[in-house]
Amino acid sequence: MNVVLRGVRGSLPSPRPATARYGGNTSCVEVRAEPGCVTVLDAGTGIRAIDGKASELHRVDVLLTHLHMDHILGLGFFRALYQPGLEVHLWGPPSATQSLHARLTRYLSPPLFPVRLRDLPCRLELHDAPRGRFELPGLSVTADLVCHPGPTLGYRLEGEHGGVLAYISDHEPALGTGAVDGPAGWTSGYALARGADVLIHDAQFTDDEYPSHVGWGHSSVGHAIAFAELAGVGRLVPFHHDPDHEDQALDAIYATAGRGRSIAVAPAREGDELSIGPA
Amino acid sequence: MGQQPVELILLKQVAGYLATPMFLVDAGGKLLYYNEPAEELLGHRYEETSQMPLEEWGTIFSPTDSLGRPMPPEDLPLARALAGREPSQGNFFIRGLDGVARHLSVTAVPLEGPGGTHLGALAIFWALPRR
Repeated sequence: MNVVLRGVRGSLPSPRPATARYGGNTSCVEVRAEPGCVTVLDAGTGIRAIDGKASELHRVDVLLTHLHMDHILGLGFFRALYQPGLEVHLWGPPSATQSLHARLTRYLSPPLFPVRLRDLPCRLELHDAPRGRFELPGLSVTADLVCHPGPTLGYRLEGEHGGVLAYISDHEPALGTGAVDGPAGWTSGYALARGADVLIHDAQFTDDEYPSHVGWGHSSVGHAIAFAELAGVGRLVPFHHDPDHEDQALDAIYATAGRGRSIAVAPAREGDELSIGPA
Repeated sequence: MGQQPVELILLKQVAGYLATPMFLVDAGGKLLYYNEPAEELLGHRYEETSQMPLEEWGTIFSPTDSLGRPMPPEDLPLARALAGREPSQGNFFIRGLDGVARHLSVTAVPLEGPGGTHLGALAIFWALPRR
């Protein structure tokens, strides 16, 4: 499967010269596993960079981890939604009380947004993502709830021809313990990430910043690395960078973060491309 | 290795912080966790306990009713909450594994996740004065 990081920033779009190398768009990852289909992980502002022309596509799946604004802010600007007849599926976390449609239309309706979901010209279907395994073109997907305020999913994508990508964009596995040191069975997100070739994982805070942000739903860089090691992944891609962490700060953080660890650590940069599984 | 649902992971963490005794089982009735305040009532450390099935934790503490009659495991509030998927409450006596008899009030609630997923049940203990 081919993966492009379209938005790697957490919380708030933060485009400015000082964030130009890592990027300022919020969470969005493009996955292509089958010709004519695209799977999109989250709909942050990075989604605008995905070409959604109907002439090239016949199906689009958008997998939302949760409905915090930084993960849906780009949805109304996703070109695929405006392609007449294009099959678009939106998947999101289940709620105990409201449908995904009801929750999304709080944002995608006036006065917050001029276009209503029902007025979109694509063939739109909304789904509560099942907690477990389901199939998309070229991919077997597993969704599960992870530790973050409000219902929040992580996803595990297994390519039909091999390769595993785990995507846990907003995640605080250290909540309550202050560390990610197992046991694995009591660690949020472990089953999603276990043995993945690539793990894209929340690393919003530095280890020094984390103690004053406990309960905010995010990981420190150290926790992300410890989680990746516990899960035995091949490569960690720290993601959801704090909007205040400019390029120089991220360079400094990751100059030493992965040193001496058992896994490869390469922080997410907007526009990075990854090939996972057989070429 | 499997992983517990995040709801149970978070509940375990909350229970770990509270001074209220709590006892957590999965949907099949298997003991998953009890916190330190519960350890004091049960007379046994959780870390020294295996993941007991209902039949074991329902008898190992020798629960008896107010007349001293043994209570079958299925009559315990936690077992009733689990089976009936509705809250259950009861007062009864146990003998902790430290040999001390205790009078408990127990309130148990079933745990349901999004979409009605049956996750297990949680019991909250309260020590009552000996009679």
